[in-house]
Amino acid sequence: MLLIRCPWCGMDRPEIEFRHAGAAHITRPGPPDRVSDEEWAAFLYLRDNPKGRVAERWRHVHGCGRFFNAVRDTVTDVFVVTYKAGEPRPPETGPGESQPTEARP
Amino acid sequence: MVDGFADTSRFRLVEAPPLARFVLRAPDTALKAAGKAYGLALPEALNHGASHGERGKPGARVALHLGPDEWWLIVPEAEGPDVAAALESALGSHPHSLVNVSHRQVGYVLEGEGAAGLLNAGCPLDLSEAAFPPGMATRSLFHRVGLMIWRMAPGLFRLEIDRSLAPYFVAALAEAAKDHS
Ligand SMILES: [Zn+2]
Repeated sequence: MLLIRCPWCGMDRPEIEFRHAGAAHITRPGPPDRVSDEEWAAFLYLRDNPKGRVAERWRHVHGCGRFFNAVRDTVTDVFVVTYKAGEPRPPETGPGESQPTEARP
Repeated sequence: MVDGFADTSRFRLVEAPPLARFVLRAPDTALKAAGKAYGLALPEALNHGASHGERGKPGARVALHLGPDEWWLIVPEAEGPDVAAALESALGSHPHSLVNVSHRQVGYVLEGEGAAGLLNAGCPLDLSEAAFPPGMATRSLFHRVGLMIWRMAPGLFRLEIDRSLAPYFVAALAEAAKDHS
């Protein structure tokens, strides 16, 4: 079973305790009365679908219950790093091409 | 013993007596006041449990730190109203929520030398003592149902399961027990 490190629990935990929750670092545009339909549609619906490293929201729903962010490689399904919600994406994690990653011990 | 589950020499399952349960959501700054009012310091380390007294007996207190700002407090049923009142008055100046979830869950004790192995029939956590030592408490899954697992001693687990899902849990555990006895 794939293990995912929860940055709140500080532990590697089984994948089935987690829920995927879409792309991370999507900023909600505002204020609402000054947002065009195009901007709002982009916020709601437009997402990149890269082959390689993506930043995603995940939730440790059957654990501590918290949301956090993860950089995952869509080719290898390797979790490159996980970090708490509100923290910036670690710069060394891309964005970029899929790259071979050593599995964590 | 629990209906539908056959105890063996290696493990037995016991249903907890009626208990009062609270979910406290509060910032770290409220912990001292909460612990003082509760009569038991709330564990600061996440995924840890603390207790004193005997389950269901007067004065028994359980505090489980299950989320960054979330504690479960479990006390004898009759003491629930007093505990809630004491906490509310102690936490008046702290932003918090204290919710009575007494009837949401059923408590079980699973004990015996085969208890960890039996739990692992449906729970994906590493329940070796190195990875899950006594004192650790966390939510996880048993097959399709969520549950709370608190290891009090190497062969002693306390479990909390949503009431409506408890029959599934007991049936699944009983099925697994056939392979583990
Ligand atoms: Zn967690």
